[in-house]
Amino acid sequence: MDKSDISFFKDGLRLDGRRADQLRPIRIEVGVLARADGSCYIEMGGNKVIAAVYGPREVHPRHLQEVTRAIVRYRYNMASFSVEERKRPGPDRRSYELSKVSREALEPVIMTSYFPRSVIDVFVEVLQADAGTRTAGINAAAVALADAGIPMKSMISSCAAGKVADTIVLDPMKEEDNFGQADLPIAMTPGGDITLMQMDGGLSPDEFHQAVEMAMKGARDIYEMQRAALVEKYGKIEASTIEVNACE
Amino acid sequence: MSSVISEIRKDFIYNLLLKGERVDGRTFDQYRDISIERDVIRKAEGSALVKLGSSQVLVGIKMQPGEPFQDTPNRGVIITNAELVPLASPNFEPGPPNEVGIELARVVDRGVRESKAVDLEALCIVPGKQVWIIFIDVHILDDCGNILDAASLGAIAALLSTKVPASRFGLGEDYMLPLNDIPVATTAIEFGDVLMFDPGVDEESIANTKLTVITTAKGEICGMQKSGKGLLKPEQIYRIVDIACEKAREIREKFLEA
Repeated sequence: MDKSDISFFKDGLRLDGRRADQLRPIRIEVGVLARADGSCYIEMGGNKVIAAVYGPREVHPRHLQEVTRAIVRYRYNMASFSVEERKRPGPDRRSYELSKVSREALEPVIMTSYFPRSVIDVFVEVLQADAGTRTAGINAAAVALADAGIPMKSMISSCAAGKVADTIVLDPMKEEDNFGQADLPIAMTPGGDITLMQMDGGLSPDEFHQAVEMAMKGARDIYEMQRAALVEKYGKIEASTIEVNACE
Repeated sequence: MSSVISEIRKDFIYNLLLKGERVDGRTFDQYRDISIERDVIRKAEGSALVKLGSSQVLVGIKMQPGEPFQDTPNRGVIITNAELVPLASPNFEPGPPNEVGIELARVVDRGVRESKAVDLEALCIVPGKQVWIIFIDVHILDDCGNILDAASLGAIAALLSTKVPASRFGLGEDYMLPLNDIPVATTAIEFGDVLMFDPGVDEESIANTKLTVITTAKGEICGMQKSGKGLLKPEQIYRIVDIACEKAREIREKFLEA
């Protein structure tokens, strides 16, 4: 299939009927795994991603431990059946890189100094992929960290912007990613500090500004959904904790 | 980015920075001296030894005919690999590439690929059967900081001097590899609210965050990578992009456009 075979816009709307600045539907569920200390399942459009957090726990191998803080490990893994053509199981170079940048997207907000000599493990499994798996993974991982009760300075929300048919679009889907002109995934705090930034394709400096702003707006909307999902699970518990505190 | 650096040295760098100075007397957006020597390896199809200050990176290009990927039957293949050999730094260990090496190779690859510097369709020999495979192998020799920019520079410089070895494989006469663009990567670190370009190894090890911006000859951005467990404000990113475009143009004009 060639780029010219696809028209990305019809009557100003995208292939799946979205406006240029519209996110795909998102569903977030907190605490979906029994064994994990924290977990989260997320659907972002056609992406289905599950994240689990274990820890803080003892570091193995022990030489990896840090005296003053916890280390954070992040494993991004794609199921072999998650993509059109079967992916060979196990880590490849892409997943090593994504694991690294995703970990670095979350580390700035994790208060690792509370847990010296321990590890916080984040495992992300992509069950179904449809462009934007790293951003979905980070969104799920951030919620799973909160679900595990890991102290964090803030939430992290992640979203991509792209360029298709010379138009900047939010949250590109598979076709737009494959045949588009640029992809720019970011992650950020609700305060607007950027913790992940990658780009490939071609953007003029002006388009780049526009794309960053659009992705940031998307991330802000996702933050509200992450927050709502956590409040749904913990809202009631939170109220009872306040009562206990009042008694003390 | 881990490196053995004493707290004292860290303080020293930080105190200098407060006075607006850097360890080696550079301004914050000043690059170290660059030298590029091409065709240093006769056995390779193209090669370049890049010195960025004391950092040294050797990039060799090898080409051979092979099978195309199934989904791109009419296009040549680029494979980029980086070796962070233990000779280059006390922090490098022997063994398979770790995530730092993989990230480095993938960002170098991103620059070459996304700028469309190499016309992959021109590298098709028999559609669906045989295409040219370009191996870009990055060998870090001395890590005195910012080996990513040096490696990217080495990759494009080596490609610019690459001769397609057609005669060796009975495919006609050798010819120079045609290139459509000259991508240049520029990297800055953020430390104490200051942005420093082309960080030295000590500067790199104290910084939390690094941002690499790859730009094309037309001044477009074709690749980006934030690295490190820190955060950046959007204004800082925009500033890095502005300066990066300018620096990349200078470097391209001076060292790559002959």
